[in-house]
Amino acid sequence: MEAQYSDSDRWLYCIAVMRASLFITCYNDTLFPETGRAVVRLLERLGVELDFHPRQTCCGQMHANTGFRAEAFSQARRLVRMYQDVDALVIPSSSCVAMMRDQYPALLDELGDEPLRRQFDALLPRVYELSEFLIDRLGVDDVGAYFPHRVTYHASCHGLRSLALGNRPSRLLSKVRGIQLIPLANIDRCCGFGGTFSVKNSEVSSAMLAAKLQDAFETQAEYCTALDNSCLMHLGGAMHRQCAGMKTIHMAEILASTQDGEAQA
Amino acid sequence: MSHGPADDAIAGRAPGDRPVLDPALAPPFPIAALPVLRNLQLRKNVAHATDVIQAKRAHLVAEKTDWQQLRTAAAGIRTHALENLGAYLEQFEARCTAAGGVVHWAADAEEARRIILELLREENATEVIKIKTMTSAEIQLNPFLEADGIRASETDLAEIILQLGNDEPSHIVVPALHVNRGQVREIFARTMGLPELTDDPEALTAAARNYLRKKFLSVPTAISGANFLIAETGSVAVVESEGNGRMCLTLPRTLITLAGIEKVLPRFQDLEVMLQMLARSATGERMNPYTSLWTGVRRGDGPQNFHVVLLDNGRSAILARERQRQTLRCIRCAACMNACPVYRQTGGHAYGSVYPGPIGAILTPQLTGMRYAKSLPYASSLCGACYEVCPVKINIPEILIDLRAQVTDQERHEAVRLFDPMYLGMRIANLLFARAWLFHAAQRMARIGLRVFTQRDGWIHSLPGMGAKWAQSRDLRGLPRQTFHEWWARRKEVK
Repeated sequence: MEAQYSDSDRWLYCIAVMRASLFITCYNDTLFPETGRAVVRLLERLGVELDFHPRQTCCGQMHANTGFRAEAFSQARRLVRMYQDVDALVIPSSSCVAMMRDQYPALLDELGDEPLRRQFDALLPRVYELSEFLIDRLGVDDVGAYFPHRVTYHASCHGLRSLALGNRPSRLLSKVRGIQLIPLANIDRCCGFGGTFSVKNSEVSSAMLAAKLQDAFETQAEYCTALDNSCLMHLGGAMHRQCAGMKTIHMAEILASTQDGEAQA
Repeated sequence: MSHGPADDAIAGRAPGDRPVLDPALAPPFPIAALPVLRNLQLRKNVAHATDVIQAKRAHLVAEKTDWQQLRTAAAGIRTHALENLGAYLEQFEARCTAAGGVVHWAADAEEARRIILELLREENATEVIKIKTMTSAEIQLNPFLEADGIRASETDLAEIILQLGNDEPSHIVVPALHVNRGQVREIFARTMGLPELTDDPEALTAAARNYLRKKFLSVPTAISGANFLIAETGSVAVVESEGNGRMCLTLPRTLITLAGIEKVLPRFQDLEVMLQMLARSATGERMNPYTSLWTGVRRGDGPQNFHVVLLDNGRSAILARERQRQTLRCIRCAACMNACPVYRQTGGHAYGSVYPGPIGAILTPQLTGMRYAKSLPYASSLCGACYEVCPVKINIPEILIDLRAQVTDQERHEAVRLFDPMYLGMRIANLLFARAWLFHAAQRMARIGLRVFTQRDGWIHSLPGMGAKWAQSRDLRGLPRQTFHEWWARRKEVK
């Protein structure tokens, strides 16, 4: 693409056309491709020229949070090198963004690779969680979505505390046509997923899950949404087990839905 | 007959079977949590109590417009004290000694117990009254003294409930948080011989007061902890809600204070910040009802023999580790456990330590030099609620992750770990994530492999091995036919 433009024209191109690279994350790629497709639909509708690096895998969060630091090093190194040239990196998973912001600095310092650390420092301001990208970079909160359903929003802990997403998610959701938003009680309380915590401490995790489900069911919403499919996998898995009349849906899929083609999967 | 059900209700255990709070003996957290998770009464008590304290705290924090600045100031004071700990401890020793106190240094729990026992023997003590002190529980002082024929009588209301109920603390500020009013009535009625006792709070406190007055008037030796040691003046500060501590600090002839070496504050005026933070964070009060401050001995007023035992017991080893040093900033307010969604489900006993909750999960294994309590760093979903409320800004999630790395580094070379599903899985995942082609091949294999487990509705209801833990309470959607990167590649081709 860039080759078509001379250097002097390039910055003009950048202003005219917003470009971004999508880091879909390992588990979205494998388990939730519909979320990735929704991000593509949504961002292309908003005029973003999207790129996808086919060799991407994982940010290293699972390894780092389970204590496998050496393994997390190699994932972090790989990711920073892969994306050093992107204009913006969009990640539809709040915990993976938090991994990069909270843990990469210390990990890369420990590696002692100074050029890599500099590359990371240059990359970090261009890393966006999806709602950050929409509101902070594109400056839109009305994405032209239509989703005529009762929805409750679950604020994943990493989005709430590490990224401090604040009212970005609710601004985006409140502009969706036809939506009926129902607030979730105890919104700042963890759903109990916690990555390998959900397996290592599965009984405690399930108890936390039960408490969260009770709050969710009380909203009588049709959908529980979030900006992180990991919480939703945990919540949705239990909703399915309990034959509940509630489903989980990533917020990208709500924002991608329009009047003429509602949530085409 | 009348004892049985109540005993069971308190901790979901057989009568006489106390919760184990010794990290060397306690079962791992996931196992220790099981009986508590079955005990619905206890979980209800814990959720109710933490909700009440949290709501009070949130209200009082909101009225402080400079709360974040106060947090920064408090963290700064504690950090400075720890970075110059040796100098401030020596200053405390000098000033306390000059004021008539005697300072003892204990490298570990055993030395601290021995020092305290010798001091009590010099007094020919057969009984000692105690202010609530978690540090004494850390060194398991009570059973040690009892074995030497000295009865240790708790005077804090919650500690009395636990002592009489043959129970253990489950919280560092509200030790009997897991016990409700009806259960307190039962314990008091049974152990104080008051069958007519009602569960009216006034009746219960009156029963405790009656029990305590005799102790205060007859026992001439007391043991306290310390909330703060002040280097500048050589003073000790104890904050409490009931006034029973004040009795212990003023009535006896001899007072022994046991304090962790990290409790030191440089200056008297540092209390201005610390007391504001502590009361609001701990009990949701603007000011705690009783703040006792004393310096050495005052002739003819209060205890005439005053000893301070400064306890290390693993603390200087924590201090030596730069990233984990912040653990020692803790002022034991327990805001982290009140905010913790894990603690909310399990209460304190599951942690197998006198220090439960998020702070216990990082402090306990470190105090044992990472020998015991190695399951505790994993007893967290890393949600960050603890860090958010911590008045001295201890980044607990960061330390939890650091400690997990330490545990993994210890274990990864052990032969048995070769076949441990967690280690095996992590190693394989690392191989895959380093090579996209291998990752993609594994995705295809998993898609085929999981087909066996996928039901007609497209969901997986049961899984073998580690997956069984997931499938305990959750289904898993079967793998989709096309991954995202496959879809993207196809889309580009079509274009």
